[in-house]
Amino acid sequence: MDIYSENIMDHYKDPRNFGSLKDCDIQYSDSNPLCGDKIKVELKIKDNKIYDIRYECEGCAINRASSSIISEELKGMELGKVIKLDADFVLNLLGIKLNSVRIKCALLSLRAVQKSVTKYLGEKNA
Amino acid sequence: MNVKKDFPIFNRKINEKEIIYLDNAATSQKPIEVIEIMNDFYKRENSNVHRGIYTLSEEATDFYEKAREKIAKFINANSNEIIFTKGTTESLNLLAYSLSEFLIRGDVILLTELEHHANLVPWQVMSKKKGLKLRFIPVDNEGNLVIDEKLFDNAKIVSISHVSNALGTLNDIKKIEELAHKNNAYFIIDAAQSISHLKIDVKELNADFIAFSGHKVFGPMGIGVLYGKKKFLDNMEPFIYGGDMISEVSLENSEWNDIPFKFEAGTQNVAGAIGLGKAIDYVNKLGIYNIEAYEKELTNHLIKKLSELKKIRIYRPNNISSIVSFNIENIHSHDIAQLLDEHGICVRAGNHCCMPLMNKLEINGTVRISLSVYNDKNDIDMLAEKLKIITEKFY
Repeated sequence: MDIYSENIMDHYKDPRNFGSLKDCDIQYSDSNPLCGDKIKVELKIKDNKIYDIRYECEGCAINRASSSIISEELKGMELGKVIKLDADFVLNLLGIKLNSVRIKCALLSLRAVQKSVTKYLGEKNA
Repeated sequence: MNVKKDFPIFNRKINEKEIIYLDNAATSQKPIEVIEIMNDFYKRENSNVHRGIYTLSEEATDFYEKAREKIAKFINANSNEIIFTKGTTESLNLLAYSLSEFLIRGDVILLTELEHHANLVPWQVMSKKKGLKLRFIPVDNEGNLVIDEKLFDNAKIVSISHVSNALGTLNDIKKIEELAHKNNAYFIIDAAQSISHLKIDVKELNADFIAFSGHKVFGPMGIGVLYGKKKFLDNMEPFIYGGDMISEVSLENSEWNDIPFKFEAGTQNVAGAIGLGKAIDYVNKLGIYNIEAYEKELTNHLIKKLSELKKIRIYRPNNISSIVSFNIENIHSHDIAQLLDEHGICVRAGNHCCMPLMNKLEINGTVRISLSVYNDKNDIDMLAEKLKIITEKFY
């Protein structure tokens, strides 16, 4: 199966929500040392939900496309729900099957968002 | 050379396509006779070596030691200078551990910025333990070493790769050998990437030690070699202790066996050694100089075909072996490797166990093509054709 489907290539070439926020509530950077993929996520939080999201990433097409695709879904989502999302959430959105190496590329953005939210909640409750 | 038929793996198809295997720097494929001789060993002679007073063990010992002789002859060494290890990594670890015993605080270990992690990390650990200094011969933007005699000051060990696994650079081993020995340093060659491509003559290279893996020269995984000059091996401490490496043992003390056995504690990979011996027979059958000439022609064809592609950045050291690294602008190397796999084309992408080198070149990896005897011009033409299609997909 072609994992570089039309949808993936579309998000890769024209990533949604790419860039940075003027005033974010939380910022988090993460990387995948194996392949050198990097991501910086910024979130604006309102009423315990993700109000806005921006990210900048450097890496393969799967990493970039998955960041773009999930960013659209995460907008408006409750923080409690964001933390509970698993790999299937990303893979269903991507609509492709990935091997164990490439799955890390696809999950980097969700992992970074979840770590940002955890950090945010930790700071809020501190 | 037309030897694909000697390698059973090429009967297999991936994604309904014939396999085009271009990741020979990672491991080589195995000719049928190597696979068969190891199966035969387990079916017919399996027993432990150097121990039994019975026919099976005598035969196993005989085959094991004959394999050592073949390897010794292949690199123009004596049999007792050939130590069987698990691979290049273990050979280099043995050297780092054992040679560091002779060094004192402040002594310099000279490496290069091109090294595989296997020829870097063991020295890092020893330098921290013993207060030794690491120094590196720098590399330029194309992957050439920039050799300056001053770097060799106070160097007690000089350990370098013959051929860079990441960029294919064929290093100026003669010049480095001269400078190393002028400064009375031990001179070590990591021959992992040259053993199946270039003639290795330890006397001509005047190497004090050479490390290589069996699996990169058509042999099995899990067997490798450390060559060392007898005068040095005799004085070195073993790296692993246990059975077979001793001559005399009391409850409190032990004396070491002669070389090479002093460095081969415990049950060895006998089938692996025999398989490697057979792999050396195979190389001899083709002729190492024929291999070198054939691969040179193939490498030139590869560079020519790659150069025709748009947006490509090929790393071009002045002297290149049969490894070529490149990037296509704005396409991650992993994407390229994945898309090539759909066509049954196996290439390596990423940092190639050379993170410091990638950092120096300010890249996160490359796509690496590494050739061997069973590759042909058709493999390269297919690669170039698919790369063209992939590039179009991304632009």
